[in-house]
Amino acid sequence: MSAATIVTLPDQSTARIPKMNFLTKENGLLSWLLTGDHKRIATLYLISITFFFFIGGALAGLIRLELLTPQTSLMAADTYNKVFSMHGLIMVFFFLVPSVPATIGNFVVPMMVGAKDLALPKINLLSWYLYVLGGCMMIYTMAAGGVDTGWTFTTPLSTHYLNTNVASAATAVFIAGFSSIFTGLNFIVTIHKMRCPGMTWFRLPLFIWSNYAASILMVLGTPVLAIVLVLVVLERTVHIGVFDPAYGGDPILFQHLFWFYSHPAVYIMILPGFGVISEVISTFSRKRVFGYTAVAFSSVAIAVFAFFVWAHHMFIMGISNYSAIVFSLMTMLVAVPSAIKIFNWAFTLYKGSITFETPMLYAFGFMGLFTIGGMTGVFLGSTGTDIHLTETYFIVAHFHFVMVGGMLMSFLSGIHFWWPKWTGRMYPEKLSQLAALTTFIGFNLTFFPQFILGTLGMPRRYAAYPPEFQALNVFSTAGATVLGVGYLLPILYLTWSLKYGAIAGDNPWQATGLEWQTQSPPLTENFPEIPIMDHEAYDYEWLEKQQQKEVASVG
Amino acid sequence: MSDSTATANGAVAEVHHEHPSYQRHHFESVEQQFDTTNFAMWLFLLTEVMFFGGLFTSYLIMRNWYYPAFVEGSHQLSIFWGTANTAVLLCSSFTMAMAVWSAEVRRKGMLLLFLGLTFVLGIGFLGIKGIEWHEKWEKSHVPGLRYSEASFLNPASDKEVYKEYHDKPLAPDMAAKTEQYFFLYFALTGMHALHMVIGVGILIFIMVRAKSGAYTSGHVTFVENFGLYWHFVDIIWIFLYPLLYLISRY
Repeated sequence: MSAATIVTLPDQSTARIPKMNFLTKENGLLSWLLTGDHKRIATLYLISITFFFFIGGALAGLIRLELLTPQTSLMAADTYNKVFSMHGLIMVFFFLVPSVPATIGNFVVPMMVGAKDLALPKINLLSWYLYVLGGCMMIYTMAAGGVDTGWTFTTPLSTHYLNTNVASAATAVFIAGFSSIFTGLNFIVTIHKMRCPGMTWFRLPLFIWSNYAASILMVLGTPVLAIVLVLVVLERTVHIGVFDPAYGGDPILFQHLFWFYSHPAVYIMILPGFGVISEVISTFSRKRVFGYTAVAFSSVAIAVFAFFVWAHHMFIMGISNYSAIVFSLMTMLVAVPSAIKIFNWAFTLYKGSITFETPMLYAFGFMGLFTIGGMTGVFLGSTGTDIHLTETYFIVAHFHFVMVGGMLMSFLSGIHFWWPKWTGRMYPEKLSQLAALTTFIGFNLTFFPQFILGTLGMPRRYAAYPPEFQALNVFSTAGATVLGVGYLLPILYLTWSLKYGAIAGDNPWQATGLEWQTQSPPLTENFPEIPIMDHEAYDYEWLEKQQQKEVASVG
Repeated sequence: MSDSTATANGAVAEVHHEHPSYQRHHFESVEQQFDTTNFAMWLFLLTEVMFFGGLFTSYLIMRNWYYPAFVEGSHQLSIFWGTANTAVLLCSSFTMAMAVWSAEVRRKGMLLLFLGLTFVLGIGFLGIKGIEWHEKWEKSHVPGLRYSEASFLNPASDKEVYKEYHDKPLAPDMAAKTEQYFFLYFALTGMHALHMVIGVGILIFIMVRAKSGAYTSGHVTFVENFGLYWHFVDIIWIFLYPLLYLISRY
């Protein structure tokens, strides 16, 4: 790492955190639990999703420990089924879906568009309460013995063969689903109606565009999941059904309806991450994002395509060859807007003044891992190779590259990037760079061997495997340990920085977004006066002029 | 918001007009507040469309699969009560629209009258639905709880329906599928009724607030948005009625 940095901090001997900010405005538990402030709700969300991330992470650790040996040495096979099901459910519905939108998005979206708050503050708070209620149901499910359907609730397995807590797990997801509907609805309304004067659509930061696209998916997709889960629960209680063949139902219908949500859900999980990367790449290469309009529209394109590719999850489930071909083609098409993004970020870096602060390191990690994750998705989108690779560890590696390598990397990138704004303090730079590196190495060690395991034919979702696969599994488990350290580090030093971090000042990164033009931590109303947007997004010359003016007026 | 404001650098001096008490602090104007919440309501209704969409899809696919069972199942529904309920609900939409209008022209008495009428019609709808469900119970057509396939294995035993449709007996495996018809019938009408119950609940809340004059001083957003919800629930029924009652009439 070179010594070059863009970080400019105020003089530490005189700098103070502003006395009046959203954290200090009111005190007491009730002022948090009844708050309408989007920044406080974002903080509540951050704490709760971190909690669930660690439960999900601990379960992942158990999975990798069990797979250290070919036999079922740590737990019985049906316990293993429950562990990986709970891991999937918690990580997908209680961490990945709300991760960037409900925390970082909640925090910065109103500031980025120049508003005082989200359009519907009470609905925003309701969304957090629904999340918590769903989370409690999920913890109850776990305490009552868990569920072993996998995160997909596949029928007739979930309706007919299993006697675990399917109903309570489905209710938990149903409730959490409404929390995500309300977040999405709030974002769309805010972005449409709450922009400050001068903030045209094409002056919006790309983070807003990608969250807008994700919100469309949340609003249109999640209700379908909700009704499917209602039908599954009804089917289990009444024993008449539309999905279970034993009662004359059609399991393929379940698959269609479930993946109609759950494929777009994948983009709900990744699109907000794209937004973070756009912000970070631009800030740390001091350049406007190359092809702003193309990147903005590629987010919307991904949202639109998302609704026409769901059946690629069903190639081996007995859909007709013709629809498999159409869905395969549509799946390939998603690679186009994704590639537009990756190429445009690469072009943004070209001839930029790149510096390597922690958010940027995570962003680089994202670009590499997401590209691999995306390309292997093309393997799975081709009907021929899919039949060989699906339901093997190849697919496990693929979606972990996209979800963990993509979304988690961008989440951490975003958390580090906006941490100074959120808390008013810097995190320790060297330590966090180490954490970023550890995560990257640990991640590759964990999941790259799984691609090989998958092509060799190791099936997913089994507690035991043939002994010849052991070497690669040991690699993977060792990598998971490193990865675990990589995730523990930020928790420790970010907590430490709350009290001991250097005072960050308003704009430590010299970034151009409106959220950086106000104090950190911001006021409850975000800005002393409603700002007026008089320049394009990512206009670093404007920022420079602005700063010269300030110096002149002070001098 | 528009980008028409001239952009002097920095921020405009904040203009503090007298805000009406119902304007929330984070909105710039009442118009923006109204626009925003109205848009949010439409979006919420869109999610509801998707929610019911899943149910309608399941119903149509199952109907295609088990066509004879679904035809004879549909013959069991009472056209009389179904039509009556449609009329009741359409009238309630009319009174709701009139209630919104009364709030706009700030006539409290009329607002309360029309809200009251909407409430009565809403309860009336649920009552008629109750009569219909009760009839299903008596004829043992409630899947999972009390079900008998007699009316389909031997249609002549069900005199009233037989007189009108002269249904042929179904084979036992097809007759069993009628239970699926009633499962979906209860899921669809039950989900719709649940929305009605929620609507009636909110209606009571609105009536209490309207009595103290909350909606007749220019702030009609809540009433108007609730009106949208009410009409939406009405529209769902407009699709349910032909799909459940009329579709197999001839």
